[in-house]
Amino acid sequence: MSLRTVARVAAAVFRESVRDRVLYSIVAFAALVTGASLLISQLTAGQDVKIIKDLGLAAMSLFGAFIAIFIGIGLVAKEVEKKSVYSLLAKPVRRSELVIGKYAGLVLTLAINLAVMTLVWYGVLAYYAFTAEELVRKSWEAPALDPRMLQAVYLIFVQLMLVTAIAVFFSTFSTSSMLSALFTIGFFIAGQFSADLRNFESVVSSPVVALITRALYYVLPNMAAFDLKAAVVHGRPVAGLELAAATGYGLLYVAALLLASIVIFTRRDFK
Amino acid sequence: MDGALDPRRTGLLWLACICLAAAIGLQYARDRYLSAPIGSDNLLYVESPSAMKRLALGYDALLADVYWIRAVQYFGGQRLAERARHKHDLVYPLLDITTTLDPYFNIAYRFGSIFVAEGYPRPPGRPDLAIKLLEKGFAANPTRWQYLYDIAFVHYWWLRDFPGAAAWFKRASEVPGSPEWMPGLAAATLVRGGDRRAARFLWEQILRSSEAGYMRENAKHRLVQLDVMDEIDRLNDALGQVSARIGHPVTSWEELGRRGVLRRVPPVDPAGLPYVLDPLTGRAHLDPKSSLAPLPDDMPNEPPPMKAAGSPR
Repeated sequence: MSLRTVARVAAAVFRESVRDRVLYSIVAFAALVTGASLLISQLTAGQDVKIIKDLGLAAMSLFGAFIAIFIGIGLVAKEVEKKSVYSLLAKPVRRSELVIGKYAGLVLTLAINLAVMTLVWYGVLAYYAFTAEELVRKSWEAPALDPRMLQAVYLIFVQLMLVTAIAVFFSTFSTSSMLSALFTIGFFIAGQFSADLRNFESVVSSPVVALITRALYYVLPNMAAFDLKAAVVHGRPVAGLELAAATGYGLLYVAALLLASIVIFTRRDFK
Repeated sequence: MDGALDPRRTGLLWLACICLAAAIGLQYARDRYLSAPIGSDNLLYVESPSAMKRLALGYDALLADVYWIRAVQYFGGQRLAERARHKHDLVYPLLDITTTLDPYFNIAYRFGSIFVAEGYPRPPGRPDLAIKLLEKGFAANPTRWQYLYDIAFVHYWWLRDFPGAAAWFKRASEVPGSPEWMPGLAAATLVRGGDRRAARFLWEQILRSSEAGYMRENAKHRLVQLDVMDEIDRLNDALGQVSARIGHPVTSWEELGRRGVLRRVPPVDPAGLPYVLDPLTGRAHLDPKSSLAPLPDDMPNEPPPMKAAGSPR
């Protein structure tokens, strides 16, 4: 596999995302966070910074997931649907390079998107930090510009990498973008409830059902593993080991999905 | 797709399986060795039942099922958690949302009141909220005498308010379709108060009349606890007699065995754990590690004196 080819494909995907106005989501995010901050300051009593933090993290995660799912499923499936895959495969590009390059391009888009959103978010929080009275600042559970919040942003990014890999995986064999989107959204939602699957065996008496739910818990991607939002907003410390474990888990899952995607895509017959 | 996989693709597939297995292994290790899974805090994002009803967009019953499952899982999860980390503060809000979404969710009222009243490992639970939930159930389903019976039961078992319990039993007996034994139960509760015989009768009625397995299991558990309390009384009587004879407290079960008072030493509770003999006081009690612990407090063999009444509204 040539890294140069992968980089070229990735750059092409990034350019296409910019052309598709994906980065407009940053404008929407900025409008949401600043608009909400103006509104919330009028509505809440002392919880405004916490709400801005919650809202910012939730919006980053949701905007990112939408981009990862809806652009991710199109990376391969759209090429097939539009028949442009023929001209692509006629070029000196291996199918594995195409899959990895497309994935890397979208991850790059997401990284830039997330980085700019984080800057905007910190900007709004900085406004709060510098305009709040000393007494109000002291009442906050954690500082407005708490750098520990970056841990949550980082895990959101790892989660988005996983969601993108799921979208790419489904788009390599599904015949329709709609189906790929449904599958990916299904996995994303099921992954959020993964912890409930683990607890399920404590409330069912059938050992078979307990076994099935435990197996599902381990096989389905555990999206909750990347959720640090509540912890960092309240300024609770997060162990480095937990961050490392969640990262390792995410990257291993991504690797498994991408390898499976390559195998499926290289076997696919486009005639 | 073409037929068989070539060696390179087979290798990639194997590598994918290895990565997935490693991810699963890491997930297992995280669950096992890291203190708490990241973001595992139980949260209730929407606390207002009426707001949730609006958000349900017509899927009220389905969402009620989801909330009911969450309530059961939350309660079960908290029971399984280390004792120091027990929190039941979301049980009532979850049940409140469940029953607002589906006001006819019978089991949510009846099981739910047990969850809320119980607390763990012993009171303080929230009997007041259990009563509130059951009153909400009766307001929505005025033909269900069972909710009034359950309110009486909360007064009886958790609040030890026997005149209050009797008043609610009486009110339950006035609902058409309630069982014939209900007026008798009201009278017996008033006379016998919180003694074990009355409690046994109540649990036996629940065991006989409950349609739900969980409630029957709970009743069985309570009946075994009552047996254990009787057994401890018998052991303490025997210990008292022997210590009066020898002039000092009995310090070991073997002493009772040697004197032929006990056939089997040490005596064991129905869960299989030996009863504990306190060498200082010479009194027997249940091992706190037993699955039957903790036993209900303040439940004498004979009727206690009456407390002030708490009557139904």
